[in-house]
Amino acid sequence: MAEKVLMKGNEAIAEAAICAGCRHYFGYPITPQTEIAAYMAKKMPKIGGCFLQAESEVAAINMVYGVAATGKRVMTSSSSPGISLKAEGLSYMAGADLPALIVNVQRGGPGLGGIQPSQSDYFQATRGGGHGDYRMLVLAPASVQEMASLTVKGFDLADKYRMTAMILADGTMGQMMEPVSLEFPEAEKVEKPWATTGTDMARPHNIVNSLFLQPDELERVNFERYERYAYIEANETMYEEYLMEDAEICVAAFGIASRVAKNAINEARKQGIKVGMIRPITLWPFPVAPFAAAADKVKSFISVELSMGQMIEDIKLATSCKKPVTLCNRAGGIIPSPEQVLEAIQNAAKNGGAE
Amino acid sequence: MAKLTFKTDRCKGCGLCVNACPKKLLQLAPDKINKKGHHPAEITDQDACVGCAACAMMCPDCVIKVER
Amino acid sequence: MAVVFDKPHALADMPMHYCPGCTHGIIHRLVAEVIDELGIEGRTIGIAPVGCSVMAYDYFNCDMIEAAHGRAPAVATGVKRADPDKHVVFTYQGDGDLASIGMAETVHAAARNENITVIFVNNAIYGMTGGQMAPTSLPGQVTQTSPYGRDTKHCGFPIRVCEMLSELEGPEYLERVTVNSVANIRKAKKAIKKAFQNQLDGKGFSLVEVVSTCPTNWGMTPQDALKWLEENMLPYYPLGVYKDRSAEEGDK
Repeated sequence: MAEKVLMKGNEAIAEAAICAGCRHYFGYPITPQTEIAAYMAKKMPKIGGCFLQAESEVAAINMVYGVAATGKRVMTSSSSPGISLKAEGLSYMAGADLPALIVNVQRGGPGLGGIQPSQSDYFQATRGGGHGDYRMLVLAPASVQEMASLTVKGFDLADKYRMTAMILADGTMGQMMEPVSLEFPEAEKVEKPWATTGTDMARPHNIVNSLFLQPDELERVNFERYERYAYIEANETMYEEYLMEDAEICVAAFGIASRVAKNAINEARKQGIKVGMIRPITLWPFPVAPFAAAADKVKSFISVELSMGQMIEDIKLATSCKKPVTLCNRAGGIIPSPEQVLEAIQNAAKNGGAE
Repeated sequence: MAKLTFKTDRCKGCGLCVNACPKKLLQLAPDKINKKGHHPAEITDQDACVGCAACAMMCPDCVIKVER
Repeated sequence: MAVVFDKPHALADMPMHYCPGCTHGIIHRLVAEVIDELGIEGRTIGIAPVGCSVMAYDYFNCDMIEAAHGRAPAVATGVKRADPDKHVVFTYQGDGDLASIGMAETVHAAARNENITVIFVNNAIYGMTGGQMAPTSLPGQVTQTSPYGRDTKHCGFPIRVCEMLSELEGPEYLERVTVNSVANIRKAKKAIKKAFQNQLDGKGFSLVEVVSTCPTNWGMTPQDALKWLEENMLPYYPLGVYKDRSAEEGDK
């Protein structure tokens, strides 16, 4: 058993990134994720890395684009309004097939919204956020340990598939303190012959670019990218099932919502209600298979979210609307209470699954 | 003694070289049309050229090679 | 006979898409000549903008990156900091890219004295999109989006980038040049070379503004465009060195 240290979620992300070999961080201050920048500002100069506070989120993501183009591991972090500003860069990085890690410690929206935890950037994250046909790997940690381990995993996947990976956390996960092990599995080293590091007069020049003026060429790169996405969907989907063996009601929740839901499920089980949970760890690729399988077994689904109901659409798609899916939610920065979730479970049990 | 070599098919017929030549030795060939559809630059009197390379420096398309 | 002038190695041997008489081609060649002379092609990474020179990534034989509109200085910052000892980084940007949408990135890269070289092509118009008013379009200048001439009461005044940046403590070197004559092309090359040499010497942010033409969107022959540049642009955008910190400190 590896030694554990007590860390804040945001700091766990920063330290894990360093463990993963990331030596470049660019960001712009925004609540509630400033600990990541502060940690990097302290640590990077001591380990030969680079922390730079950019003039804006737009500049920060383009600095990330620059480092990523040279093949080095690089990251940025922000919160919801800042991620909107980074959307331009995310689209360009997708178009240029550049790997990087993006952290979104979500807060309530839209607009300036609030600074309390939220999951209302689910659509933005899982549908790309910027313009054009593209996907990002979206990882949703539900513990401080996962904040760390999914950060490392995110870098590995980003390199492997030449795309951006996003840690989709929230204000609570960022501020929460838990014991963390900082030992991570060694990933396979990925060669980056496409990187723009100078030709050394030994090869033709590399070009990092997202411009394809010929429609057939642009179509080709899009199709190729989507073949890669299909492979990822088949091979990299991650989820956790909790008490699903005999479940008649399936709760779906990720991140902080899944922790609340777990408490409510434990309480409901004491009352004899057969309820379990599927917790997506990758939001893209979405764990379609377990939901599709559950749709043949359970009577209904409950999506617990800190939003007006976004993941619920993916559940309906994954289950082909075979069984009713109800929403148990709070928004604006408020976390649903275990009592609220328990009540939703009890109602589902009472109605035999139907609303 | 100097020699100009033109990548004639790269010439866009802008005429900047014609104006740049201090001895007025260049022209846009009135009776020739290149692949791009332009009247390409040419030298009218190679023997009078001193190889100053003013034309080549002014050319936006690296059409002219100068030897001396 | 010896070759006294030919295409520099760092410039790709391919036709460029620029309009006849467009001075972009001259400026590309000067950058490539400087890369050749300094022997840095193998470690140079160029950042292309959005605008007429968007496809500059094809025209240089060094590694190239295409940036989003206006973001080249931020991308260059990332590339430079990825390997400051090896990478020689230049951006090549037009007036819309650098002085309008990318002004924040420009100013802050200058303020940080980011150790990069910026080639700023100012032709007072948006070329690629068909001739709209630029941040550097002159008062009264007719463009597609200022069809009655730029009305300064309505849309303000053109920005003099070198003068503005020279007020900052940060940048190392700012010079405005032009390429309307052989003599001025020589001066422009000298400035570009200095801007790269400064980077090699670790001196920091060096920007060369090249006052240029856009015959097509100005609606003139290439010759008339050069004349218009002399008569209209150079009075508003005077040539010269606006900042040279090392030289100034040397004077003290």
